[in-house]
Amino acid sequence: MKLELRGITKRFGPLVANDHIDLVVEPGQVHALLGENGAGKSTLMNVLFGLYKADEGEILVDDEAVAFKGPGDALAAGIGMVHQHFMLVPVFTVAENVMLGHEPTRGGGLLDLDAARRTVRELSDRFGFGLDPDAVVEDLPVGVQQRVEIVKALVRDAKVLILDEPTAVLTPQETDELIAIMRELKAQGTSIVFITHKLREVKAVADVITVIRRGAVVGSASPDAAETELAAMMVGRAVSLGVDKSPAQPGEETFQVEHLTVRDANGIAVVDDVSFSVARGEILAVAGVQGNGQTELSEAVVGLLPATGSIRLEGRELVGLSPHEILDAGVGFVPEDRTVDGLVLDFTVAENLVLDLHDRKPYARGIALDLGAIRKNARERIAEYDIRTQGPGQEVGRLSGGNQQKVVMARELSRPLKVFVASQPTRGVDVGSIEFLHKRIVAERDHGTPVVIVSTELDEVAALADRIAVMYRGKIVGIVPADTPRAVLGLMMAGAGAEEAHEQATETELDQLADEHTHETGAQQ
Amino acid sequence: MSQPDEPGAPRTPEPGPAEPGSEVVAPEPGADLTGRGPSQPAPQPESGEARASRALRDIATGSFGVTVLAFVLALVIGAVLIIFTTDSVTSTLSYFFSKPGDFFSAAWEAVRDSYVAMFRGAVINDRGWSFTTVFKPLTETMTVATPLIIAALGVAVAFRAGLFNIGAQGQVILGATFAGYIGFTWHLPVVVHVIVAIVGGILGGAIWASIAGVLRARTGAHEVIVTIMLNYVALYLLAYLLTTRFFTQAGSNQPKSPAVGPNANLPLLLGDQFRLNAGFLVAILASVFVWWLMTRSTWGFRFRAVGSNPNASRNAGIGVATTFIAVMAVSGALAGLAGAVQVLGTEKSLTGGIAGSLGFDAITVALLGRSKPLGIFFAGLLYAALDVGGRAMEAATGTPIDLVLVIQSLVVLFIAAPPLVRAIFRLPAPRTEAKGAQA
Repeated sequence: MKLELRGITKRFGPLVANDHIDLVVEPGQVHALLGENGAGKSTLMNVLFGLYKADEGEILVDDEAVAFKGPGDALAAGIGMVHQHFMLVPVFTVAENVMLGHEPTRGGGLLDLDAARRTVRELSDRFGFGLDPDAVVEDLPVGVQQRVEIVKALVRDAKVLILDEPTAVLTPQETDELIAIMRELKAQGTSIVFITHKLREVKAVADVITVIRRGAVVGSASPDAAETELAAMMVGRAVSLGVDKSPAQPGEETFQVEHLTVRDANGIAVVDDVSFSVARGEILAVAGVQGNGQTELSEAVVGLLPATGSIRLEGRELVGLSPHEILDAGVGFVPEDRTVDGLVLDFTVAENLVLDLHDRKPYARGIALDLGAIRKNARERIAEYDIRTQGPGQEVGRLSGGNQQKVVMARELSRPLKVFVASQPTRGVDVGSIEFLHKRIVAERDHGTPVVIVSTELDEVAALADRIAVMYRGKIVGIVPADTPRAVLGLMMAGAGAEEAHEQATETELDQLADEHTHETGAQQ
Repeated sequence: MSQPDEPGAPRTPEPGPAEPGSEVVAPEPGADLTGRGPSQPAPQPESGEARASRALRDIATGSFGVTVLAFVLALVIGAVLIIFTTDSVTSTLSYFFSKPGDFFSAAWEAVRDSYVAMFRGAVINDRGWSFTTVFKPLTETMTVATPLIIAALGVAVAFRAGLFNIGAQGQVILGATFAGYIGFTWHLPVVVHVIVAIVGGILGGAIWASIAGVLRARTGAHEVIVTIMLNYVALYLLAYLLTTRFFTQAGSNQPKSPAVGPNANLPLLLGDQFRLNAGFLVAILASVFVWWLMTRSTWGFRFRAVGSNPNASRNAGIGVATTFIAVMAVSGALAGLAGAVQVLGTEKSLTGGIAGSLGFDAITVALLGRSKPLGIFFAGLLYAALDVGGRAMEAATGTPIDLVLVIQSLVVLFIAAPPLVRAIFRLPAPRTEAKGAQA
């Protein structure tokens, strides 16, 4: 099926979210829609899916103009959409979710669950999804839930599948699996519109790339274009993807973690006897696949989780202190999920910028807030961190992800720190902001602060780290220098010790030349 | 993997504009000149409880227009009830088709008479023959509103901090008990006595509410359940106390305490003709205090932060558990103050029914006032006016006072369902409602 958008324009009041956008999706093609957060990609897809009515322009299916009044029409025309936030009933099984809305019935209006199970199994086998029709959705990992969404679309004979930021919620492994699935779908004739702002994925899977900036198409590119070129198109200026930083000049080791153990509610050690230390003026990146204890490690440092062992900051023991005391001791903390743990979304930018300092001078006198000082601080931080906002009084929830993250960073970095701990400091942040945030982190390092970055993105780890600690199942499997090859890091993230990983990685390279067989076993380990 | 929380509920790092319909009003303003990202709030994964408390906050802080329209709607439905329960109107129905004019004129008269009587009874009696009779209704409304406003302020403080204090009733009772006891047993100099008695009432309410706060903070026991139960405890505690010799008049077995001492009385403001007392000034002061507390103090900042996002608050070093206790203590202190004002200003002695339905009406008033001090001040006056006017209406036109209850209930019902009011008046949906309107 050929899908064409012609001159689509969508306005919201004075704002033009889509400005005469043209787009052609050929059958059996993966068409990537690349753009920063807020560039208008999702609006365009919501127009296509019938959720919005375009102010101008038309949609053509196989060269015939169509008018979608709602998602129902789009589905009927063979367009399926997988939203970034899944539309699944958590307590239903996979089969129940898939049949929801068009349940197959036997005589007497009885649900025909077997038919639904069969459909799920068929599709799952055909595309290699590995879905169990009877699994309950809430028990499934995010990546698998996403496949359920894809099956939901396929069941309705979707010829064009829209994937809206599908990798935002996935781990690197799940992303790889999704890319494989996209290739398989394509091979079987389904067209895919792939919305993303991640360059690596686009290059991996797209046939055609259309770049959107500020609501308009700025051009298209072929997948073999350089990442920097794509980034420049997306952002509208040259962006450096790496971080310019001078070599670390480690000073005294002032932040030491020894034999730290964190147990979850079931008594299982999620952080298991972890020891490391970080020097002033050094960035230690904690790498690892999501869910290997990094989050818990960072939360234990700020006292949000009870821990045993020792965390010493300039000789002072932090284990057992309250988060308040730990922040007072000079720990800056950027939590993994800004909207859940970092910001009060319906507070203003100004209020969020003093969330941790609101009861201290100069922001408070006794128990009275000094609103003037709070506003002044906000203006300074907004200027310093280039936070794009209407003003200090705007609600933080109305900012884009990148600007929200800048608010969190500005808050944490704006007081004197003795150690800075940031978890996923640039997750879900657009390219332009990533560059900025990375610079600030390096600046803090150069200021002589020990820095700990927890990240599941190897790009970020590689860009920032002076040393890399790799975590696997709650343990640190090794601490390696920043120039460690990706292959070695990858093996360590799968549980291999540093030396072992080095050996395997070199072996693999050598054997690759000599013997295919050894290569396979090497990779399997 | 030893991951404790398998990502069953995906944490979504991407504040994408992807959710369909969530951006009807706020699109992707990346297209604007600043090149800013999407300005709508990130759709965040919410637990059931978070959603419930969000809904609660939406109801408690809804828009002013909706409140006014809800009131208008309630009056309209009240008018329909008046029409069909007034004999002079229903009797015209038997010949409606031959002379429909009779019905309409009778209906109009009935409604007009009832509402005019209500207005005269609650605000200004333009048929009064003296200054006193003209202004008596208004002062009566102010008198009745006084404890309502103060107790509603307490409920609102808890609302804003994400806690649902259903226990204002119990806290009012305890406040009245403490203040009353100090009032009729101690003998202190003028001015000092009344202040001490009021402070006693504040403490009584604060202590009673803190029980729920401490249980919530230490054990996670839900404050709704605990405060509801504490209402019963308070009610029967007072009933018991009124059977003991410490609380009853000598030689009487009536469940009624002696009158509070003259020094413990809140002075009358307009002389003996009116019941209006200094309690009304206390209500004004309390409103200003709560405004200052919530918007200008570190405590209020913490209350609101914890109410909106306890996780982020904890990360910022705010003690969420201690904040819960503080919130309940402040909330209860205000309810206790309401009880103290009631017993020291209006009732003068302690009875089992001292709190009436004050604590529950306070919840309504807090909702009606959108949890904002100024809103509550006027909502309290309105609510009291309906009560006072209803009594006058019943006396003047025979329209049952239950109508007032219907109107009050309808107002709350409509406020709790803003989309309904918007649909009736065809108002545009605000951004938070955009999703519902789109779907």
